[in-house]
Amino acid sequence: MSDELSDIRDAVDAILSDHGDDNRALWRTLGDTGFALLGVPEEIGGSGGSLAELAVVVRAAAHHGAAVPLAESAGLAGWLLAQVGLPVPAGLVAVSLDEARLGSGRLSGRCRVPWGRHADHVVTLARSDAALRVAVVSVAGGELARAENLAGEPRDVVTFKDVPVTAVADTEISSADLRRRGALLRSVQLAGAAGAVLESTRRHVGERVQFGRPLARFQAVQQQLAALAGQVTSIRVAADAAVLGGEQETAVAAAKATASAGAQAVTSIGHQLHGALGYSTEHPLGSATRRLWSWREEFGNEAYWQDRLAAIALGGGWWPTVTR
Amino acid sequence: MIDISAHRLGEAEQQLRTEVREFLAKERATEAFEPRCDAWMSSPDPAFSRRLGDRGWLGMTLPRRYGGHDRSPLERFVVVEELLAAGAPVAAHWIADRQMAPSILRHGTEEQRLRYLPGIARGECFFAIGMSEPDAGSDLAAVRTRAREVADGWELTGTKLWTTGAHFAHAMVVLARTDGTPEDRHTGLSQFVVDLPHPGIQVRPIVTIDGEHHFNEVVFDRAVIPGGALLGERGAGWSQVMAELADERSGPERFLSTAPLLAAWVAETRDAGADPVTTREIGRLTAQAWALRQLSLAVAAELARGRSPDVPAALVKDLGSSFEGEVVETVRRLAQVEPRRGAGGLAGLLAEGVLHSPAFTLRGGASEVLRSVVARGLGVR
Repeated sequence: MSDELSDIRDAVDAILSDHGDDNRALWRTLGDTGFALLGVPEEIGGSGGSLAELAVVVRAAAHHGAAVPLAESAGLAGWLLAQVGLPVPAGLVAVSLDEARLGSGRLSGRCRVPWGRHADHVVTLARSDAALRVAVVSVAGGELARAENLAGEPRDVVTFKDVPVTAVADTEISSADLRRRGALLRSVQLAGAAGAVLESTRRHVGERVQFGRPLARFQAVQQQLAALAGQVTSIRVAADAAVLGGEQETAVAAAKATASAGAQAVTSIGHQLHGALGYSTEHPLGSATRRLWSWREEFGNEAYWQDRLAAIALGGGWWPTVTR
Repeated sequence: MIDISAHRLGEAEQQLRTEVREFLAKERATEAFEPRCDAWMSSPDPAFSRRLGDRGWLGMTLPRRYGGHDRSPLERFVVVEELLAAGAPVAAHWIADRQMAPSILRHGTEEQRLRYLPGIARGECFFAIGMSEPDAGSDLAAVRTRAREVADGWELTGTKLWTTGAHFAHAMVVLARTDGTPEDRHTGLSQFVVDLPHPGIQVRPIVTIDGEHHFNEVVFDRAVIPGGALLGERGAGWSQVMAELADERSGPERFLSTAPLLAAWVAETRDAGADPVTTREIGRLTAQAWALRQLSLAVAAELARGRSPDVPAALVKDLGSSFEGEVVETVRRLAQVEPRRGAGGLAGLLAEGVLHSPAFTLRGGASEVLRSVVARGLGVR
């Protein structure tokens, strides 16, 4: 990691540690310090910065178990706006995972909107005749149905019926591009949460004494801990490599497939080594494992991306795909 | 906690990759070699090694004054991974190029460097390594081979087992006890470079269950070697061997031994049409290979910075070598091809993959030992 990236990580780690479980205050601070719109160009009202910088902050937030819409807001909504040069609207801007319909400046459709209940505006792809556009619409204009993922993160659905858009622009972006970008960000988040499981597990087996010695003194435990470290390191390096590769499809597909598939071993070994203590909501482990169980499915699970990767390998050759 | 970062190769390395691919395509077109599984262990071809030497692809990272090419470890990584993925016959020079060239450069005297390094870079000087013994497998510190100081040098007595390629190597590095007793464990061990053949050294074949002769038992019967054969410091053998391990464990050969089988299966599937189960499994193995390569590259980048990432190397070797077996198992289950020793195509590659699979997770450190190394690296042992 470069010095600039380490500095960003240290700064955001300090903010995350300061806020404990107060996610609202945390989100305000992330807004005040510019982290909430990192990676979004300054010309449209963002904080500027690269995808690599955004990824560092997204991973740190996931590692701390912070329930904040960083990936969706800066990473997806801000990114969509940047593609078409529309300004970032005031308040929290969320992203729709579904295409809406657009006619005469009015928008209709059923849109899955993570964090929708907290958002002021939604950015969505919308079909108008044959063309795809990026549209911004006020959440208040739609009807919101609440839902949550396994970690309790809002996964709301907003239904719009002929709601006037506040901004619109033509785009070359497709739903597949949005899904790929989402998969990349989720890979980074999975890496963060997996790192938290490893950290907690390492601490636990070092401290917990059973049969007269710390769990870590048992070879069976050591072997499992090493297997956990292997999975966590794979997930992290794959996600970092996909970020370095700049959203290229092969890398994203491989990283998300690695992270989604690896989540199984990470959660099962993590819980097994924590014993019953980790199964209680009083222990922070479950906050990380429930995110892993949710995020592995979001923006395509391993089966989806394995099929994409197979199509690339069958088309362009196995080894050229591995080295891409 | 395992401190490695993803690395992105640059333009120069991609250009080099293109050159290696063109070279390999020409070699294949002239039928200079057939792709083999585990070719770095079991497919020696001195003529092929010399052609690599002519291209400047051996001893790449050595300084020019020793016949090397002053290239970066990452450039070497690219050349090596291309050769392995193609299943090219690299076994003759493998140990010399991977391990002994850097070790002799690091620890050797000027005389040893001038004697061995230029030949390694030309693809003419091949090496074997004598580490394991009848009573020292995973527990390497239990070696009993003795080196006694005598008037005209050192006298070696003992037996080495599983010595790859000793039957064609021009020299061999031997880990032996110079001081103390086996109970002293890590202290009192030293490394020697021994020229082969030697009248006091007997090389006997060990035939493995694939029916082939890759390994040897090497018996030292009061074999006298010159005083200048000591490699590095007397008594520093253990730390020198440990320093080699990061080179030995993290390379692309630790996940690509069965890549030729997987590549052939994918190519065959493309021609025949893929069913959904096969497609999914190709995707699964491709994602794993992609991720393992990124890990291997991350460790190579650490080595290139002059660090010694022994813990990440152990972790990568554990994951990579179990993947090699998983490739064999997946292809076997889905390709429905009966393995045939010595046959061409998928049947032959599958035979090699199946028969070699027990070795993947043993050589270069058994998986259980590697996981212990990782656990210790995490600070819990």
